[in-house]
Amino acid sequence: MSRPSLRLAAPAVLALASVLGLAACTDKADSSASATAAGAGGPIVVNATDTACELSASTAQAGTVTFEVSNAGTKVNEFYVYAEGDRIISEVENITPGLKRELKVEITEPGTFTTACKPGMVGDGIRAPFTVTGTAVAGSADEKVATAIADYKAFVATQSDELLTGTEEFVAAVKAGDVTKAKELYPTARLPWETIEPVAESFGDLDPRIDGREDVIGEGMKFTGYHRLEKDLWVSGLQSDSSAIADQLLADVKEIAAKSKTVEPTALTISNGAKALLDEVATGKITGEEERYSHTDLWDFRGNLQGSQEALETLRPVVTERDAALQKALDARFSELNKLLESHRVSGKFVSYTDLTEADIKALTVALDALSEEVSKVPGVVEAK
Amino acid sequence: MTPFPAEPVAPEPLRPPADAAATGVSRRRLLGVSGTAAVAGVVAGATSVYAVTQADDASAAGAQPPAAAPAPALDAAIPFRGEHQAGIVTPAQDRLHFVALDVVTKDPAQLRELFKAWTRAAERMSLGAEAAPGGLVGGGPNRAPEDTGEAYGLPASGLTVTIGFGPSLFDDRFGLADRKPAALEELPAFGGDQLDPKRSGGDLCIQACANDPQVAVHAVRNLVRMGFGVVAVRWSQLGFGRTSSTSTAQATPRNMFGFKDGTNNVKAEEPEGLEQHVWVAPDDEQGGSAWMAGGSYLVARRIRMHIEVWDRTPLQEQEDIIGRDKKEGAPLGQAKEFDPLDFARKGPDGQPAIPVHAHVKLAHESQLGGVRILRRGYNFTDGSDGVGHLDAGLFFIAYMRNPGKQFVPMQRALASKDVLNEYIEHNGSAVFACPPGVKDGEYWGQSLFA
Repeated sequence: MSRPSLRLAAPAVLALASVLGLAACTDKADSSASATAAGAGGPIVVNATDTACELSASTAQAGTVTFEVSNAGTKVNEFYVYAEGDRIISEVENITPGLKRELKVEITEPGTFTTACKPGMVGDGIRAPFTVTGTAVAGSADEKVATAIADYKAFVATQSDELLTGTEEFVAAVKAGDVTKAKELYPTARLPWETIEPVAESFGDLDPRIDGREDVIGEGMKFTGYHRLEKDLWVSGLQSDSSAIADQLLADVKEIAAKSKTVEPTALTISNGAKALLDEVATGKITGEEERYSHTDLWDFRGNLQGSQEALETLRPVVTERDAALQKALDARFSELNKLLESHRVSGKFVSYTDLTEADIKALTVALDALSEEVSKVPGVVEAK
Repeated sequence: MTPFPAEPVAPEPLRPPADAAATGVSRRRLLGVSGTAAVAGVVAGATSVYAVTQADDASAAGAQPPAAAPAPALDAAIPFRGEHQAGIVTPAQDRLHFVALDVVTKDPAQLRELFKAWTRAAERMSLGAEAAPGGLVGGGPNRAPEDTGEAYGLPASGLTVTIGFGPSLFDDRFGLADRKPAALEELPAFGGDQLDPKRSGGDLCIQACANDPQVAVHAVRNLVRMGFGVVAVRWSQLGFGRTSSTSTAQATPRNMFGFKDGTNNVKAEEPEGLEQHVWVAPDDEQGGSAWMAGGSYLVARRIRMHIEVWDRTPLQEQEDIIGRDKKEGAPLGQAKEFDPLDFARKGPDGQPAIPVHAHVKLAHESQLGGVRILRRGYNFTDGSDGVGHLDAGLFFIAYMRNPGKQFVPMQRALASKDVLNEYIEHNGSAVFACPPGVKDGEYWGQSLFA
C-alpha cells in the first residue's frame, strides 16, 4: 500500500503506559548493607534473608527509586516491585548469598505497589506494600500513538476500497459465466480481505457470510461467499444459484467495506490484530485448509503477512522508542519470511499449495514461528499496563 | 517402586532398608543396593537393550564401601552448575523429554545469545522457578506470559537439562569447523539399521530429565520457544520410565520386554570408571577442540521393539535370548539378580547355562575388550503404529568418552550376532558432544564459543 499522505484527525489519545520499569543492576561484592534510611532521593536499603525482607522505607516519591538489595541469607534471592495484579515493574534476580545488587526503578505515577523478596527464587515471596507519592510524570509517546492510529485507519480504508474493487470484478466474471477469468481473479480479489481480516471479523455474521468455509453448514448457516464460489469454480462447476451467491457476496463486501472505515482502533488492537493475522497463517494457511479447492493458500498467506507488517509499520515510532531491539528483530523476521514466501512465486504468481514439499512447509513454519514470537511482544510494549 | 509409575512419584528418596543385613539379604546384594552416593553414575558394559553384570562384581565385595550420602529427594533441586553438566551421572530420573534441534540462523552471535538466555532459564527451572522472573503473570495483561505456566507450583522434581552439539554444527556456517572434536563423527551404518532421517541427527540436543513428566516437558517447551528464529526442532522423544539404575539407591527397572535392565551397572563409587569411560580427558582433545575436556559424548538410538511378537515368545526362549531369568533377573544358572555372570557354567544339559549368543554375553565388556559406557535410556510408547501395534521400545541414551572406540564396536558386535535383533529395530540415531559443566559466571558451551 502507499503511505497515507494526509493524517486523519487524531482520536482520543490512548492511555499510555505510565509506569516504565528501567532496571539497572550493579553487582557489589560488599555485603554489608548500609543501615541508613532512604533520605531524599537516597537509596532504599533492602535486607533480604531466607525468612525476611526488610526495607529501610516503604514509601518514595514518583521518579527514579533506587533499591540496594543485600542478601544476608543462605539461598539465592530475588527482589521484585509489582504493580496491581502481580505485574512486574522491575526485578533483580540471582542475588547470591552475600551479594549486594542495586535496582533502579522508574515509577512515574503515584500509587500503591508491592515489594517482594523471593528466597530460593520460588513462590510468592515475602511481600509488603510500597507507596509512591507525588505527581504523575506525563508520558511522551502519546502523539506517536495518535499518529499510528490515524495511519492504520487510512490503511484499512485503502484495503477496504481495494477489496470492493476486486470483488466487483470477480463477481462480474462469475455472473458472466467466465470461469477462467473468475479463477484468475479469485486469489487477488480476496487478498485485501486477508490484510484486514481481524477488523472484518469484528462484524458478526458478515465474516462467515463472506469468508465462511463449507463447515458453516454444520453450524446451521448457509454456505455462501468466496469459498462457495471457489468450490463452484474449481470443483462443482457454476450452479444455478452461483449468480445469486455472487450478488450477495458483493452486497456483503460493500457493507463490510463501509463498516471497516468506522472502526476506531487503539495501539493495542492494532498490535493484537497484527498477531492475529499471523495466527491465521499458522492455523489456516500454512496447513492448506483455507483454500481447500483452489489451493491458492499462499495468496492468503501473502495478504495476512502484509496486513500484519503494515499494521506494525504504523506503530514503528512507538515500538522504536520503547524497545528498539524489538523493532530491529521485527524488521529482520519480516524480511526473512517475506523473502521465503516470495520464493514460491513462478512468473509472478504463487504456486499451488499442493506443489509445496514438506521441507518447504517446514521452512515457512520455522520462519513464521520466529516472526510470531517477536510480534507477540508488541502489545505489551505499546500498552504496558 | 514400580518400573513405570503412573503418577508423579512421591517426594521421598529411595533408600535401601536400613536393616537389610538383618533381613537376611546376601552380602553381595547388600553391597549392591547400599552405599548410596549423592552422585551416582553408572558405567555399563552393555549397549543396545541390556546392561550386564560386571565380571569384577565379586572382587568389589572386598572393597571398602564409600561414605554413604543420602540420595536426593525425588522432588529436590539438582544443582545446575558444576564441573560436569547435570543429567549425566545424576541418579536417573523417571521421565525424559529429549529434543534435537537445527540452527536456522546464520548469525553466530544470535546462537551465542541464545545459549546465554538458555543458561539463565535452565538454571531457574532447575530450582523450580519460572523460566523468567514473574513469567506466569508478571508481564501484565497485554503480554504473552514469558513462562508457559504448566510447571508453576510444582517442585523442581530433580530436573536436569543437558545440552550437546551435533557434528553438523561444526560445518562452515558458524566458523566452528576448527573446533570440532576429533571424536565427534557421525555414526557409521550398522547392520539392520532402519534409520528415519526425521528421527536422526541434529545440530544441537537438549536432554531434560525429571521425576515429573510435566516438569521435563515444560523445560523443553520453554527453551524451544525462546529459540524460535535461532533454532528449530528437528525431532523429539518422550521417555516415561528410566531403563538404567544409575544409582545404588535405585531399584532395577524393567524395560518394555519385561526384563530387569541395567542390573549391575558400575556405580559412581568407582570414579575411576567415570574418568576412564565417560569424561573426556584434557589429553583427549587438544588445540581447537580443547573446550571438550570434562564433557562427554552422547549417543541416542530410538530402538523400536516388536512388542507383540515378543509377547508371543515362550518364557524359556525369552530368557535364553536375554541370558537372565525374567522374575528375579538372575544370570541363567544363578539364583540372584546380583550374582555374577558366569559364562563357563554349564546347565543340566551340559550346554552353557547362558547361551553363547545371549544378549548379556554379547554385550559384556569381557567380550568387547573392556569397552564400557554409561547408559541413561528410557522406555517409550508413542501411541500405536497405524496397524494396531504399539510403537514402543527403548530410547537408548549413553554417555562415553569416545563413541568411535566405545559405542561403535559394541553396536557392531550386537548388530551382527544378537538374537534380539529379530525383535528390535533401530530407527533413530544421533550423536552429540556434550560440553563440560557450567561454572559460576559462565554460560552453556562458553568454552566452545569463547
